[in-house]
Amino acid sequence: MGLVNPSSENRADEVTTVSSISPNWVTTRLDFLTNWARANSLWPMPFGTACCAIEYMATAASRFDIARFGMERQSFSPRQADVLICAGRLPFKLAPVIRRIWDQMPQPKWSISMGACASTGGIFDNYSMVQGIDTIIPVDVYVPGCPPRPEGLMYGIMLLQKKIKGETIADDQLRVEKLVGPSGLFLPPERVDELSEPFGNSVQQTRSG
Amino acid sequence: MTPTLPMLSPSVPALRSEFSTAIERHLVSSGQTVVVVNRDRSHDVLAWLKDSPGQEFNYLTDVTAVDYRDPERPLEVVYQLRSLGRKADLRVKVALDKRQPLEVRSVYDLWRGADWLEREVYDMFGVTFVGHPDLRRILMWETYAEGYPLRKDFPLRGHFSRAEQTRQALAANPEAHYSLEEMSIAETYGELPKAVRERLAKGERGFLK
Repeated sequence: MGLVNPSSENRADEVTTVSSISPNWVTTRLDFLTNWARANSLWPMPFGTACCAIEYMATAASRFDIARFGMERQSFSPRQADVLICAGRLPFKLAPVIRRIWDQMPQPKWSISMGACASTGGIFDNYSMVQGIDTIIPVDVYVPGCPPRPEGLMYGIMLLQKKIKGETIADDQLRVEKLVGPSGLFLPPERVDELSEPFGNSVQQTRSG
Repeated sequence: MTPTLPMLSPSVPALRSEFSTAIERHLVSSGQTVVVVNRDRSHDVLAWLKDSPGQEFNYLTDVTAVDYRDPERPLEVVYQLRSLGRKADLRVKVALDKRQPLEVRSVYDLWRGADWLEREVYDMFGVTFVGHPDLRRILMWETYAEGYPLRKDFPLRGHFSRAEQTRQALAANPEAHYSLEEMSIAETYGELPKAVRERLAKGERGFLK
């Protein structure tokens, strides 16, 4: 009676997590199937603020036709969207808007930063413009160009598909929401300063702290 | 063909005889007449230009302001007037001494189109338009705390660090600063979910306080 089977003693603490069973044949086959399905039916949430949106529209229209990538359904509701495409510069006034749209999108979700301004602030290195949307939301693919041609955006979309096909459900951090923390930012302030640093022949920028 | 000589607008002699000392000076620049008017009489002069027969400047093309690099020079508020019937233009300027409060009478009661134009000048230059019914920021968000961006003493990238700018922008809660009419939900407000109503009521200018 006093004997306790050591193998069953801590059974209540045993949690079968995905990471504990991975990687094995089942998860890799399941990954292949889910990633194949996800990568080929990305529903884009267009966040078009400037001239990049014109190129985005050209990409969606018949000549370039992103329907070929399973993106024919433009999702104008963030609740039914998979990939946020920020096409154009993002002023600080729109920062809470894109942040809320991103928070409203359900997992799994990805984002594409289209063009120089969305990625870095571009020529708008001034008081009113976010210096790269990666200071506001996490970004998966940056598409360079001013604006990028539709071929450039399609290459970005294909890169995102490639990235999705490399994901695994064994990564338990992959689908964790990166929310705005108590500091009011989702990155440390020093990181935001670093990402927003002036470049080229620009002059001094006020730093945190 | 001989180049046409700069033409002085016939409004200037009429203004001089009507207002004498309130008309500080006038000049013709690139064929366009500019009249500089005393600040205290500006509303009288503009009302006279709008309503008196033979003037009838019934269309306010633009209200803007100019801050010169020389700190001794006054800040100028510029009214660009147009008479649609007479097909004539006139530019009226009001010089504001920077050592005194930047205040001028609003012309909202003369031209309703001055509403947003004066709000923009207030937002960018900090000029107070006395008598404006709804003088608040229009381009920057309402809690914007860095000052007036188009003043010459305003640094291009603003006063704060990028991290602080990003933090303040994300905390802006834009819905709280619009009236129910502006959001076109005045009639359905009662049917909104409780959480949405609370979010609308929150914020510095929360209209439901």
